[in-house]
Parts: sequence; C-alpha cells; structure tokens
Amino acid sequence: MTPDVEAAVADAFRTDWGRVVATVIRMTGDWDLAEECAQDAFAAALERWPRDGVPRRPGAWLTTAARNRALDRLRRAATEAAKLKERAVLWHTDEPDDDGDDGTVRDDRLRLIFTCCHPALPLEARVALTLRTLAGLTTAEIARAFLVPEPTMAKRLVRAKGKIRHAGIPYRVPPAHLLPERTDGVLAVLYLLFNEGYAATSGADLVRQELCAEAVRLARILTTLMPDEPEPLGLLALMLLQHARGAARVDDAGDVVTLEDQDRARWDTSEIDEGVGTLNAALRHDRAGPYQLQAAIAACHATAARAADTDWARIAQLYGRLAQLVPSAVVELNRAVAVAMAEGPAAGLKLVEALETSGALAGYHLLPATRADLLRRLNRSAEAAASYREALALAATDAERRYLARRLAEATGQG
Amino acid sequence: MRYMLLICVDESVEVSAEESSAQPWVDEMQRRGVRRDGSRLRPVSDATTVRLQGGEVVLSDGPFAETKEQIAGYDVIECEDLDEALEIASKHPVATFGTIEVRPFWEE
Repeated sequence: MTPDVEAAVADAFRTDWGRVVATVIRMTGDWDLAEECAQDAFAAALERWPRDGVPRRPGAWLTTAARNRALDRLRRAATEAAKLKERAVLWHTDEPDDDGDDGTVRDDRLRLIFTCCHPALPLEARVALTLRTLAGLTTAEIARAFLVPEPTMAKRLVRAKGKIRHAGIPYRVPPAHLLPERTDGVLAVLYLLFNEGYAATSGADLVRQELCAEAVRLARILTTLMPDEPEPLGLLALMLLQHARGAARVDDAGDVVTLEDQDRARWDTSEIDEGVGTLNAALRHDRAGPYQLQAAIAACHATAARAADTDWARIAQLYGRLAQLVPSAVVELNRAVAVAMAEGPAAGLKLVEALETSGALAGYHLLPATRADLLRRLNRSAEAAASYREALALAATDAERRYLARRLAEATGQG
Repeated sequence: MRYMLLICVDESVEVSAEESSAQPWVDEMQRRGVRRDGSRLRPVSDATTVRLQGGEVVLSDGPFAETKEQIAGYDVIECEDLDEALEIASKHPVATFGTIEVRPFWEE
C-alpha cells in the first residue's frame, strides 16, 4: 500500500471513528454492533482505497460502509420477518444524508459525547467509554493508559454499555434545563483525560502524551459542536496552554523543572498562540467560567518572556475570581502562591497557614511543599527543611520525590 | 421504561411527618401519569426473613442485612428514560434525608 493511502486511513481513523460509531449507535441502538461495524468499515477502507483511490469525503464513505454492514448483519440476525420489517422501518425513517458534515451527523457525535459522560455512569467508566467509542482507542490501550489489567478495563466497558442499555440512559443531547451541568460533566471528563496524560499520578512516567493529544482533539471537536458555549473553548485553551509547556516541564533525567526554571525557548509558541486566540474567542462571549479563568492564568504564564515578567498580581486576582466560582482549597493554595509572588512570601505564608488550620488539604503534598518554599524564601531554613520532609513523605511520583529531596538538601545545607 | 424506586431511610433518624409526607409527590406523579404503583412499608422490626437451609425453612426476625438504611417504601414508575426517572426520584421528599435507589425493571 502506498504511504499516502495508509496515512489517509490513519487520518480518517483519528477524525472519523467517533462519527461513524455515533451514527450507527443512533440507527441501531447497539453499541457493540456499532463498534464492530466501524472496525469493518475501516478494514474495508484499507482494502478498497489503495485500489479505488481515497474517496472525496472519507468520513461519509466510512459511515455508509459501516451502516451497510450493520444493516447486513441485522438482516441476517433477524430470523423473524416481522423483526426485519420493524428494523427496516426504523432504518428508513432515520436515514441521514450521506454528507458527513450535515446536522444529523454532527448531532450524533454530540449525542455520543453526552451519553458517554452521563453522570449515572461511574467516572472511570465515562473516561473509558469516551476513549473507546469516541476516540477509537482499543481496550488494551485504555487499560495501559490507566494502569489496570486489560480484563478489568474490558469488564468496565461491558458494564457501562450494559447500564446504558438496561437503565435507559438516553442517547441524546440533554434538554436545555440539564445542558449546563451535563456540559460541565463532559468538560470534567476531558480535563481528567488530559491531566492523566499530563501528570501521571503514580509510577515513573510523567507525560503520557497520547492521552493529552486525545483530550485536546476531543475538546476541539466539542468546540465545533457547541460553538455558542464559551467553556469548551476555555477548556481547549487551557489544555493548549498547558501542553505548550509540556516539553520543558521535565529535564533529560526525568526530573520536574519548575515553571520559574523552565527553558522558555522550549515552549511551543504556535500552541501558545492558538491557546491565547482560543481563550480570546471564549472571553468574547462575556460569560466567564472556571476553565476560562484557569486558561487566563495559564496565558499569564505562557506569555511572560521571562519568569520575572510574570504578572503575579493579575494571576492572584484571577485565582480570587476562580475561588468565588468554585470554592476549593487547591485554588486557595494556588492563590497563596500568586500572592506570595506579588506581595512577598510573608503574605503568601499567612494564606497557607490559614489553609493548614482548616485541615482541608491534609495529606496533599503540595501544601507542605508550598509552605517549605515560602519559609525557604524567608530564610527560615530549619522550618523549611521540616516542611520539605513532610512533603517528601506524601509525594506520589518519583520525579516529585527527587525534586523535593533536592530542595531538602539545599535547605539543610547539603545541596 | 419501567423503574422501581426503592425509598431508603435510616429508621433511627427522626423526621417530622410533614417532611416525610410523600402525598404531594404521589399526587403530582399520578397527575403526570408516571406513577403506576407504590406503598410505604412497615419498619424492619415487623419484617421476617426466609431462607432454605438443607431443605429446612429457616426464619429470622428482621431484615436480611444489617445496614443502616432500610427500605421504607417503593414506587413503580413508567417514564421515557433514566433522565426522567432521576428527575422524578429527585423530587421525592425522602431524597432530602434518605436515598432513592432507581432500578430499571428486568425486561426482555
């Protein structure tokens, strides 16, 4: 096969898998059948495209192929004439236009996203379903990404699909009164996906780039499907702005490099530009939300030529607004860091101590780590060392532990 | 779709009759045409558990499992999909102090 055709099929897989599956699910109501028929359609493309050429609209070609395949299999499965008739009626009344870009098909993908992220499903199943049915990852790939055995992941997917079918989880875009909270739910799944990829919560590897790329791609799809909603744009901007710094976040030895010490020449400027542009498009709606605010904070960092140029006063203010929208101890901790940068470590330490008194972040390594950092800058070395030790005991990844151990060595004069 | 709403409460928690009265909810759901059946159940102190052991009927007083929340009643509803069932369940007065388990009927 020519590399061109191979690339075209791979390309179509990335952009059209979810679309093909979504359409067949709507027509048949059968998730497994839809996945199998989508697989068959891509297999057919591998066979036919080298011979017949890549179709003008690969997505439409694949959708038609999968649909015909589904019809074929249903026909064969329908032993009773009545059943076949019933299916056929369903088929014709529901038949969409072949154009892969028409409204029905667009709605199909949106239906699929909202169904995969339905709050009646456990969060881990929402994530797995999204990766399987929308992004087309195999069960083995998803299992690997989430560090669970493949049979466990397979069971999780079977259970989720079973619940959708048996519990009557609707295959649709939620009605207006449910839309805001359900959209938040979808965004949360995509951001979780991104974060899983961006910072592994356990184990040695820090960046599982594949999950990040999938999350960005799905967020991009969501922004085109919901063009009037600013928060999907905000989330996409946030992901792009964080991802742009990915390469500089870890050094060659796999150790964490703090924002302050990162080589900014290694930041991806085109991704930053796209992130800032996307953020501005979101802000034009004039309906700020948590993702837009976080993206605005990320933009402050990403657009500072040197660490010293960072507009910490604005960042502190943005964290303040974020805390009003979504009260959270982690946001408050970040605000403390920004205040410390804008007004000095003593002001930040006051906020950190208030958080410690509240007990809200007990067991979270970044609380003592932040306290240690502020104490270090106040030249209170002994107290700083004690806090570094505390953080070290709580840190989850090897890279974080190595970073904290280095800081501890510095604080105790052994660095 | 048919769903069973299992109305679960912690029997040791005191709730005023006004707070726990499901009558307005029942009236509303009957009007909407989604409630098919339902009843309050006597407390677990009036329950008897039955099982067979080696062919012998073994009876015991009280509920099968010693959990904090007990089934205090049930409602059978018929509605469009899970979203509607969840909306109906969330309006039940017990949802504010107990829990409502929404179970689809086993339908072939």
